[in-house]
Amino acid sequence: MYLLAIDWYFILEKAILVAFIVSLSMLVAMYATYAERKIAAFLQDRIGPNRAGPWGLLQPLADGGKLFFKEEIIPLASSKFLFVLGPVLAMITALLTSAVIPWSHSFSVGGREVAMQIADINIGILYIFGVVSLGVYGIMIGGWASNNKFSLLAAIRGASQMVSYELPMGLALIALLMLVGDLRMSSIVANQAGGWHIIYQPLGFLIFFICALAECNRTPFDLPEAENELNFGYHQEYSSMKLGFYLFAEYINMFISGVVMSTLYFGGYDIPFVHEAGWGLDSWLLSLIGFGVLMTKAALFIFLFMWIRWTIPRFRYDQLMNLGWKKLIPLALINMVVTAAVVLWLKK
Amino acid sequence: MNVTQILFWFLSVLALFSALMVITSKNPVHSVLWLIATFFAISGHYIMLNAQFLAIVNIIVYAGAIMVLFLFVIMLMNLNKSIEPQKSKWLKLAGAVAGGCLLLVFVAALKDSEVHLQSAEVNTGDIGLISNLGKALFSTYVVPFEISSILFLSAMVGAVVIGKKE
Repeated sequence: MYLLAIDWYFILEKAILVAFIVSLSMLVAMYATYAERKIAAFLQDRIGPNRAGPWGLLQPLADGGKLFFKEEIIPLASSKFLFVLGPVLAMITALLTSAVIPWSHSFSVGGREVAMQIADINIGILYIFGVVSLGVYGIMIGGWASNNKFSLLAAIRGASQMVSYELPMGLALIALLMLVGDLRMSSIVANQAGGWHIIYQPLGFLIFFICALAECNRTPFDLPEAENELNFGYHQEYSSMKLGFYLFAEYINMFISGVVMSTLYFGGYDIPFVHEAGWGLDSWLLSLIGFGVLMTKAALFIFLFMWIRWTIPRFRYDQLMNLGWKKLIPLALINMVVTAAVVLWLKK
Repeated sequence: MNVTQILFWFLSVLALFSALMVITSKNPVHSVLWLIATFFAISGHYIMLNAQFLAIVNIIVYAGAIMVLFLFVIMLMNLNKSIEPQKSKWLKLAGAVAGGCLLLVFVAALKDSEVHLQSAEVNTGDIGLISNLGKALFSTYVVPFEISSILFLSAMVGAVVIGKKE
């Protein structure tokens, strides 16, 4: 069998990058659970986890170990395959999004230019949007396969919430894309060298941020797992690491949406007010600095998500739908039309 | 066989197999999930034809939104094997005959057309890329494009009107 000539270095480079990004997402998600508990403790005037390791730093490992050793329960009346498929899909869709994000400047190793991006496809932002729109299946399938009324209710809530909030998110993105004129993630970052998009699109960012909260099922939009109405919502019947996958996927989603928002509106790996490419640093050092900058921005977003969670109470379901359909969509439409008019006026 | 051919056969088999599973699955939820797999296989074909925008829009609109609503309705109706209404034998036969007639029409329509003489441009051609597609839609085909968008708008208004009636 004849295969096309394959550049093995290319495959190797991408494989290493994929492994790096996936393990990074896992690591960040692990320590996001620790950060969440510490921040919750701080906001509620408690101490938080402090037993496992210094300052409780080993707490995520202890939690993971506990989840692995718990008994695995699959309800008798449910469809076993779909019951397992639910958390798997949640995890896969959470990890897939990171494939088009530009993580930093490219650097050169032995004359090869290595891009810190897995795939720079020319529909980059639509790819993210597509994967996000698939994220709902994890919740829906898991909730349905649990064969439990609370889980089913949660699954249906989650589905309608995610479909509703995708619309204003897409409309906010259209206004952003009018400024850039390209869907590639790398050109969205390059376009912000002069000024971040948040300056030109503050309303668009606000809408995008609210929708990101809703898509990640974070408070004040955590209706699919509202514990005082639905016990635990869609993951009530889950135990052991299958439950862990659902919880983990939420933190990975939070991390990735922080990175996406930094990339779209806050210049990605760009350092504000300086021209770091002119410092004459080694390319790998520059790449490392850019990566650190992007991580810092993402960490700030994760903190913001947690701050909101422990400050703002949950919406009622009708309030959620009202906000999505009657406030955010008209606002996003106005934002889109105004942006279009201004872009057209300035280009003339 | 090169990579493109292997991918083509893999995607074709996947598309046909999952399309068959849609109609043979007993459980309607399984049918919907197989239909989603079919959409993914078709999107793979679009990517091989270098129509990336079409591929991703197929996933966003069909797999990501319409199938969610399908799943939604089926879950709410709570269909399962025990309460599934069994159609009579004659109705099944009539369905098979009607489907066969449709197949016949398709085959007859495509047999004498020029379609099978043209081979698909795999991995080449750039009309499917988003900027070219946008230019074609908003210059050459602007009238049909606008008319279909008005159609969608009227459908949306109709849905809101029906939804508001209490």
